[in-house]
Amino acid sequence: MGRAANFQDKPKKGPGRKARKQKDPVFPRATNDEDEPKKLSRRQRIRARKRTLKQEAVKTNPPKKMKKMNTKQKVDGDLDSEGEHQFSSDEMEEFTNNIKTNSVEETQAKTKFALFEKDGSSDEDSGGGNEDGEEENDDFGVGNEDENDMGFQDDDDDDDDDDDDDEKDIEKLSKKIEKKEKKKRAAGDAYLEESAEKIGIQIPSLEEVQQEDEDSPDLPNINARIKDTAFVLADFSKRREEGRSRSEYLAIFLKDLSTYYSYNTFLMEKLLDMFGPTELIEFLEANELPRPVTIRTNTLKTRRKVLATALIARGIDVDVITWSKVGLIVMRTPGNVTLGATPEYLAGQYILQGASSFLPVMALAPKEGEKVLDMCAAPGGKSTHIAAIMRNTGMIVCNDLNRDRVKALVGNFHRMGITNAVITSHDGRAFAKLMPRAFDRVLLDAPCSGTGVISKDERVKTSKDLKDVQRCSHIQKELLLAAIDSVHKFDGQNGYIIYSTCSILVEENEAVIEYALKKRNVKIVPTGLDIGKSGYVRYRQHRFHPSMQLCKRVYPHSYNMDGFFVAKLKKLSDGVPKTTQDKAEDEEDESITPT
Amino acid sequence: MRPLKNEETVLVFTKLKKYIGSNVRALLERSDGLYCFRLHNGRIYYVKEDIMKFAATLPRDNIVSLGVCFGKITKGGKFLLHITALDFLHPYCQNKIWIKESAEQNFMYGNHVYKSGLSRISENTPKYAGVVVLSSKDIPLGFGVAAKATAECRHADPMDIICFHQADIGEYVRNEEALI
Repeated sequence: MGRAANFQDKPKKGPGRKARKQKDPVFPRATNDEDEPKKLSRRQRIRARKRTLKQEAVKTNPPKKMKKMNTKQKVDGDLDSEGEHQFSSDEMEEFTNNIKTNSVEETQAKTKFALFEKDGSSDEDSGGGNEDGEEENDDFGVGNEDENDMGFQDDDDDDDDDDDDDEKDIEKLSKKIEKKEKKKRAAGDAYLEESAEKIGIQIPSLEEVQQEDEDSPDLPNINARIKDTAFVLADFSKRREEGRSRSEYLAIFLKDLSTYYSYNTFLMEKLLDMFGPTELIEFLEANELPRPVTIRTNTLKTRRKVLATALIARGIDVDVITWSKVGLIVMRTPGNVTLGATPEYLAGQYILQGASSFLPVMALAPKEGEKVLDMCAAPGGKSTHIAAIMRNTGMIVCNDLNRDRVKALVGNFHRMGITNAVITSHDGRAFAKLMPRAFDRVLLDAPCSGTGVISKDERVKTSKDLKDVQRCSHIQKELLLAAIDSVHKFDGQNGYIIYSTCSILVEENEAVIEYALKKRNVKIVPTGLDIGKSGYVRYRQHRFHPSMQLCKRVYPHSYNMDGFFVAKLKKLSDGVPKTTQDKAEDEEDESITPT
Repeated sequence: MRPLKNEETVLVFTKLKKYIGSNVRALLERSDGLYCFRLHNGRIYYVKEDIMKFAATLPRDNIVSLGVCFGKITKGGKFLLHITALDFLHPYCQNKIWIKESAEQNFMYGNHVYKSGLSRISENTPKYAGVVVLSSKDIPLGFGVAAKATAECRHADPMDIICFHQADIGEYVRNEEALI
């Protein structure tokens, strides 16, 4: 007894199910404007010129064809990695055919999460490296041209456990190949020099660059020019244009870098003082990428293995940090999980903390039952680490000037279950008078300009100037003296001060330590960290104390951590050293002579 | 910072007793040193004595917290336990409630525990006793007051409240400003 639907009254909805129409075909641009010849860009013109040069070279030496081909490719590769963004079409094809995408992806993934790697390996991984690209190209080239030789070498890697005879043969063969490669490389280098001389990398004058920046800054063009300039600066006497000075090149380099990466000139000058052109580019590139997220297990509440299992069960991919017993590195978090709001986090089983802030605490090496002061503690990552190492014994006084940040400190301390802490909100400089000689160890993670953590806070790029750095430096000096004054000294066991900053500028690091060495009776001792470069002893006009090399510097591009500086000082006696001679004697025999 | 007055001590200990019963003794008689309760800025702190003595030398206004904050004395003259006391309630408490994984998030946003989210409850929990709420993996999530005795729970409707919410660890994120 259903009612028949009245279909005639129903209005038509939409075009209907089968009415979908195919879109108009899109033709590639090349077919559309065939009639008008495309204008070549500057880079393309240079490449075209190079190509003709190469062809000429090949024509003149026909019997050495193989080698020339290889070198040619190497030259291309080299120049590509140095000065170009894109490959020309033929080379591109060859390249893409040969590249094993998997392996490339693997290395990339590795770089992203590789922490605490030594310089060399990270350079290799970064792929921006000069030599890396060269080698890759070389292999591919040979693989294409003379398959026999190279094919063998590839097998060689895989089948190591063959018979002895085979091995010997292979050994001979590989030696041969090595020799060949060396020759090729030498030839390639020579060719490179030659071609560079012939082509002559043309860099416009400073005025032109400035004009261009004002008119319409063209970023790809600037990037290309940066690489060109870096290439010239790498071997200046051979590659420069006649009659142009190094300072001019450097000025252009500086101008381009600050435009391309949007830094202010002051900071870029400082950075250029510290790094060479190639390293500087690496550093700046590293600042554009975020550092991997790391967490620290709270050993007061759980163990790392247990925590890792719990997090993996929530779908968070974690991996252990090999050099720390408490660190975990977070590879991936699913979209619906916030790392800072899981029940495990709220129960105080872990804290989000950058890998670099593990290191000052590791250098401080607090012992159970000691009295420790953390002068600039908020938000409490390092001080909770100290408390966890001391297993809630002894005492830790945590101070931070900023009342708002102290709230985060209180929250973290209670969440992590730390009971041996006094949290104060003082000016750190007051501790010298408030509690002279009261502590066994002091951690001073001084407020700084933050030039090591640009990837975290981009504002540093433009907001800092000379005055800011000087102001920071001044406060740091005062804080460090206060820290030294609030430490007391027992027989060789206690009385350590850790000074750390997340800045990489010498003014905020070595200069501050040097000041403390002059003003107080302290000496620099090894930090006990096997990471980082040693501190500067000679830097431009500065000549620091020779023991400054015991300090550690970490840069974002070499270890995939935030840039920072750490120094460990040992208090020898109270008061101010009378003369530098006295102090030198003190350091020699380590005798304590209170002044 | 000062020691608690008599009436304050009574307030604090009666409240603690609701959760940990006679284990209140264990808070004061510890093998690792003397511990005491101190009042500072209206908050009750539970702190080791030598730390307290050291902190007494600092200017009072600048001390933000010492040891562990247990709660505060309200203007109405009651003692209010804070979530920060959870670390000391959890190991000693006598009545516990375990909740299902699906209800964890709900509780950590400050809601009561319903029968539908209840996984287990310790036996012989009387009505209106203080209980610690735990997750299915035994992570303490907070504490509250049992709205029903264990026996009543069996026959309760799914939407009946089993435990009134008092504090939960979600406050560390939600309410960091006013934590102590």
